Amino acid sequence: MSLLSVKNLSVTFGTGENPFRAVDRLSYDVNAGEVLGIVGESGSGKSVSSLALMGLIDFPGKVMADTLDFEGNKLLEMSDKARRKITGDDIAMIFQDPMTALNPCFTVGNQIMEAIEVHQGGSRKERKAKAIDLLRQVGIPAPEERINVYPHQLSGGMSQRVMIAMAIACDPKLLIADEPTTALDVTIQAQIIDLLLDLQKQKNMGLILITHDLALVSEAADRVVVMYAGQVVETGPAAEIFANPQHPYTEALMKSLPESAAGKERLDALAGVVPGANDRPNGCLLNPRCPYVMDKCREQEPELIATDSHAVRCFKPLLKQEDAA
Amino acid sequence: MTAQEKNIVLRGEGLKQHYEVSQGFLKPKGIVKAVDGVSFEVAAGKTLAVVGESGCGKSTLARQLTMIETPTAGSIEFNGKNLLALTGDAKKEARQRIQIIFQNPYGSLNPRKKVGHILEEPLVINSEMTPPDRKERALYLLEKVGLKAEHYDRYPHMFSGGQRQRIAIARGLMMNPKVVVADEPVSALDVSVQAQVLNLMMDIQKEFGLAYIFISHDLSVVEHIADEVLVMYLGRVVEQGPTEQIFKNPKHPYTRALLSSTPRIKPEQRIEKIRLPGELPSPMNPPLGCAFHGRCKYANDQCRHITPELIAKEDGSKIRCFAYEEGRLDY
Repeated sequence: MSLLSVKNLSVTFGTGENPFRAVDRLSYDVNAGEVLGIVGESGSGKSVSSLALMGLIDFPGKVMADTLDFEGNKLLEMSDKARRKITGDDIAMIFQDPMTALNPCFTVGNQIMEAIEVHQGGSRKERKAKAIDLLRQVGIPAPEERINVYPHQLSGGMSQRVMIAMAIACDPKLLIADEPTTALDVTIQAQIIDLLLDLQKQKNMGLILITHDLALVSEAADRVVVMYAGQVVETGPAAEIFANPQHPYTEALMKSLPESAAGKERLDALAGVVPGANDRPNGCLLNPRCPYVMDKCREQEPELIATDSHAVRCFKPLLKQEDAA
Repeated sequence: MTAQEKNIVLRGEGLKQHYEVSQGFLKPKGIVKAVDGVSFEVAAGKTLAVVGESGCGKSTLARQLTMIETPTAGSIEFNGKNLLALTGDAKKEARQRIQIIFQNPYGSLNPRKKVGHILEEPLVINSEMTPPDRKERALYLLEKVGLKAEHYDRYPHMFSGGQRQRIAIARGLMMNPKVVVADEPVSALDVSVQAQVLNLMMDIQKEFGLAYIFISHDLSVVEHIADEVLVMYLGRVVEQGPTEQIFKNPKHPYTRALLSSTPRIKPEQRIEKIRLPGELPSPMNPPLGCAFHGRCKYANDQCRHITPELIAKEDGSKIRCFAYEEGRLDY
């Protein structure tokens, strides 16, 4: 049984005839010890879907799903109290901007101990010892002293380490990292990703890595979900997707990276932007931007069709490279 | 070749920016060396990239070049004239020819002004143009950056990040500059939009013969757009040279670490990971000797005590490293 099973998760905002679907029938599974990468541009629903998992979507947002099971427990059917026990304990989340995610009024030790107090209890002394141990695990030098500092005294990389320490405080089984390194320098990004992957292997956690950095996902993730305008457009093993992208959107994203244009003057940019609330087209949502668009794409919406482990939402998936040759 | 033959528009020589910082009552003032002896030159139509981690002095350098900040030492030459010695109208004129594009297009456009006003403001201040002429120029540049005439009357909040950055670029071009300093112009944008904006920047460079100072921490972008690269660490240049040299054959251990930390989508492009321990040291009390020694696995006693010099090599690059000079590097 997979650790987390999501089937047809939709998140809608607004009421009336046509609520805006920020996330549209999203399905995926995460197993223990697996790294799932979710990629897409801003506005593709990556973050909203993870907030929905954590139960952090407020009214008037509405979360619907056929299945939203964590270890067989139905998250949407349980009481808020029972759900709170799971989120923060078994499912933990790391947010994008560590500088704003930490509370500036409390010491980092205090914030880590709060998580332990809520979910595990223990005496103050035990909690403090645990917090120091956690800071050591995430590679913060001199943790006995650092436990008493305030977030503004830490650099971006160190703050993100503190966030990770908070997230793993209760030994979660699933860790959701929402753009954990976007605000950081490359060398620090490399350190943080190494740390996350080390911890994930050590504790055999499931890890959902949400990012817009394709290259990062290709190096870190086992499986990848590519999202566009709230929908999954392609999913499959990371190596396969990046070697043989089958959806035009995945291909376009890869082509727009400067490293794909080596020796070329211009980058292959995908024209336009992700459609917003009021300008979603009929048919396939990518059709105004797609270089391979057909008449059918403008009228009908394609389904996500799976072959083996690879699924793609397109009427005319790109040929695999060996077939084309 | 002389400077004129190479068409050098901007040259910096030994630029320094030292700040005095108070360390507390009765304590001696500390000195932060934000930029410490940077020299470079850029020709018209070429791009010089400045890379390094946050806190290495990239943005301070940009502020010096745009004359927001006066360097504590060194000289800046623009079209053969010493910028720092200029006064009055000549200074105003030079300021118009060096423009800057900022990192965050959400913060750099005034939310209360319409796009037309934002674009025309530099003309109102610096030129005698009539309102119809100004509008004509604004519409011309809007079209050049891929926006439409109807966008002239809209407010910045009605645009996406990529479109805002286009507006910022158009504003930078209003005064017909020769040099554009771009401070992380695409790091706030999505990959597909980033590609659009980079293409636009390259097109404009060709059309107007602009020289770019491109400040970035994203090496894959730099590799694509730059002709020459300057790698900075704690205010100093550690390696400098033609883009191809730097990317094919990085010599300094820091450059190599930066390159290997940049994620790559193609497995064949990945090089062996070098992980730097720790972070950039505090510029308040930089380490003795080579500033990088605390994070460098090749450091020896000499590196810890003596500061290496930036030494020019035959292939046109310059490098500041004892280990390289002594052949102690194992790559």
